Amino acid sequence: MNFPRLSRRNLLGTGFLGSLLGLSATRASTALAASESHSSAMYDKHAMGAMMTVGEVDHARNGFDPHAMLTDWDRGTTSVGADGRVTREFEVTAEDKEIEIAPGIFFPAWTYNGRVPGPSLRATEGERLRIVFRNHGSMPHSMHFHGIHGASMDGVAGAGEIAPGEEFVYEFDARPFGCHLYHCHSIPLKRHLHKGLYGAFIVDPDPERHPEAGDVARSRLLGTPENAAWQEMVMVMNGFDTNFDEENEVYAVNTVAHAYSKKPIVVDRDRPIRIYLINITEFDPINSFHIHGNFFDYFDHGTTLEPTSRIIDTVMLCQAQRGIIEMSFKDFEPGNYMFHAHQAEFAELGWMSHFEVRA
Amino acid sequence: MPGMIRVLGPFMLIVLVAAVFLKLDPLSRFQDSVPPAEQLMVERITIDDDGLSFLVRSEGAEAVSIAQVQVDGAYWRFQQTPPGPIARLGAVWVHIPYPWVHGEAHHVAFLTGTGTPFEYSIDVAVPTAQGLGGDWLFYGLVGLFVGFVPVVLGMLFFPAIRQAGPETMGFVLALTMGLLGYLFVDTLAEGLDFAEEAAESFSMREMVWIVMLLTGATLFLIGRRLNNGLSPVMLAWTIALGIGLHNLGEGLAIGGALAGGAVALGSFLVIGFTLHNITEGIGIVAPLTGEKPGLPLLGGLAALAGLPAVLGLWLGVQAISPHWGAVAMAVGAGAILQVLIEIALIIRRRYFGESAARPVGGIVAGGTLGLVIIYATSLIVTA
Repeated sequence: MNFPRLSRRNLLGTGFLGSLLGLSATRASTALAASESHSSAMYDKHAMGAMMTVGEVDHARNGFDPHAMLTDWDRGTTSVGADGRVTREFEVTAEDKEIEIAPGIFFPAWTYNGRVPGPSLRATEGERLRIVFRNHGSMPHSMHFHGIHGASMDGVAGAGEIAPGEEFVYEFDARPFGCHLYHCHSIPLKRHLHKGLYGAFIVDPDPERHPEAGDVARSRLLGTPENAAWQEMVMVMNGFDTNFDEENEVYAVNTVAHAYSKKPIVVDRDRPIRIYLINITEFDPINSFHIHGNFFDYFDHGTTLEPTSRIIDTVMLCQAQRGIIEMSFKDFEPGNYMFHAHQAEFAELGWMSHFEVRA
Repeated sequence: MPGMIRVLGPFMLIVLVAAVFLKLDPLSRFQDSVPPAEQLMVERITIDDDGLSFLVRSEGAEAVSIAQVQVDGAYWRFQQTPPGPIARLGAVWVHIPYPWVHGEAHHVAFLTGTGTPFEYSIDVAVPTAQGLGGDWLFYGLVGLFVGFVPVVLGMLFFPAIRQAGPETMGFVLALTMGLLGYLFVDTLAEGLDFAEEAAESFSMREMVWIVMLLTGATLFLIGRRLNNGLSPVMLAWTIALGIGLHNLGEGLAIGGALAGGAVALGSFLVIGFTLHNITEGIGIVAPLTGEKPGLPLLGGLAALAGLPAVLGLWLGVQAISPHWGAVAMAVGAGAILQVLIEIALIIRRRYFGESAARPVGGIVAGGTLGLVIIYATSLIVTA
């Protein structure tokens, strides 16, 4: 797939040119230096906007929009049993689908509910969960939840992995509270993961169970007035290996390269921000999140009500590691604040974003 | 009328067979859900203050779209002219406003709609001549040093060769054959190198051989027509033509290397190249030992053999597409082949006739020495 190398003759040809060309090369580099300070063309190619994908992704065709995805919680349907306990039921269908991951680049994905990442399932600590999983794909798939459950509900071969056309119901309690994820655990694992079978699984703390930090727990519980004060969003850091050489060609948050860079996420500077951050990037050992001009508190796995790291501006996550970021732009100068992976490689291949902080 | 039917009949049958095949489309069985084979290649590149520009050709079975472009592992904005999918064997210019770094390597990947990257490396980034600009005189000077100057220097051996007796003459002619034999192989190899870089669909590997043989045969037949065997002066002209075409190719390659950004410093290589090409001058004047060539004739021969290097450099700096390079080299190889045959015929006529001395030892020694000399000087150049 490589283009032809320069031939021997080409190289030997330059030998004497080197000596004779001294004059020309010097002149050319002087011209270059001059244009760096004066030419508008030179300014353009150094501008951040030059390092960007070209064109727009057709979100309607994809059937999902990365901006809508930020706050698109799937809460399922609930029923209350005789004992007063809430059972929450989700429906998830695996299907093959071609998705546009960067403008003009189409990836033959395997999806949950036709989107990558899959639906952001959100429950409350202590609820009984039923996830009705149907496989409409072309391969055996499963849903392996990062949570506490019995061996028979693990979503691996022999415990919830189903063939195309089949259905399985996963049942377990929503615990521990935190920011979790689910993914397919069929083999080959790398392929089933990076093809798109993953999603957020968020369990909000039940304030009743945490009287010592009731306010904090309520602020995390979707639907409460305390929670409404927050600007919550889910960000799944992922990558796509479009030529299947075990290296990603595209990196992103919520699938579409540069989605939040071309169209920044608008935030109100007076309301705090909470990000459910999940790393599912395949092939690379780690991914990271870095915010410009600000610092945040971090709750690793989201399983505590006290931050596990305070006042940091960069956090590093291995695959399947996740956590909650809490920060505020209160009294900040309005404008665009960049955030991105602090692996420049990932940032330059699509994992580059902006908050547009408005007063 | 029956004559018309005899001609048209087979044609109509061909059309009918094609129609039936397309209708049945038996290949569709094998193409089920297989993505179209995409193939992109870079033919030319220019580097200037505005960034990098690539002439990208599509070789795939179907039209290919360039969806995104990565430079050094980063997505980068680009302009494609003309826009849209690239038709099979079509080519587009892709301009990337990239802040490239002088003297460093850059890697570019063109991603198609399936996300398949086609990669290209710039080994050493230096600005390419923009349509020669004000540097054409300078490049011309380089061309003179490559082609014209060494040929003239080689011709200075003419008086010495002339002193020699007929025995030595055979030796010198054989020496020339050795030199040209090497140049023939070298030129052909260069043509095949170019063919390697050209779009596969153009079948340039085959075309190099065909063009070479066709050129050789055509020139040979023209020579026969002009005369029953070439006169010494005509032979010198044909040798000069062959070497001129070889030097044209050499200029193309050197110019292309400059345009492609490959740079290796070392002024001793200039000397090596001069030595290498001096042998070409000796080859041209070798058939003239029995003549009294005037200065205009010698100057003309030197110009024909040497000046094409200047032209080649000018063209090469503007980065011609490799398939044209392959054709130029094939023509050169063909011309040299014809000269080889002509000299072989002369040697046979003069030294292997009924009453000739048949100086086998001298001929073999001359040919071998010619090969050794030109090979040895080529080693200096390659170093």
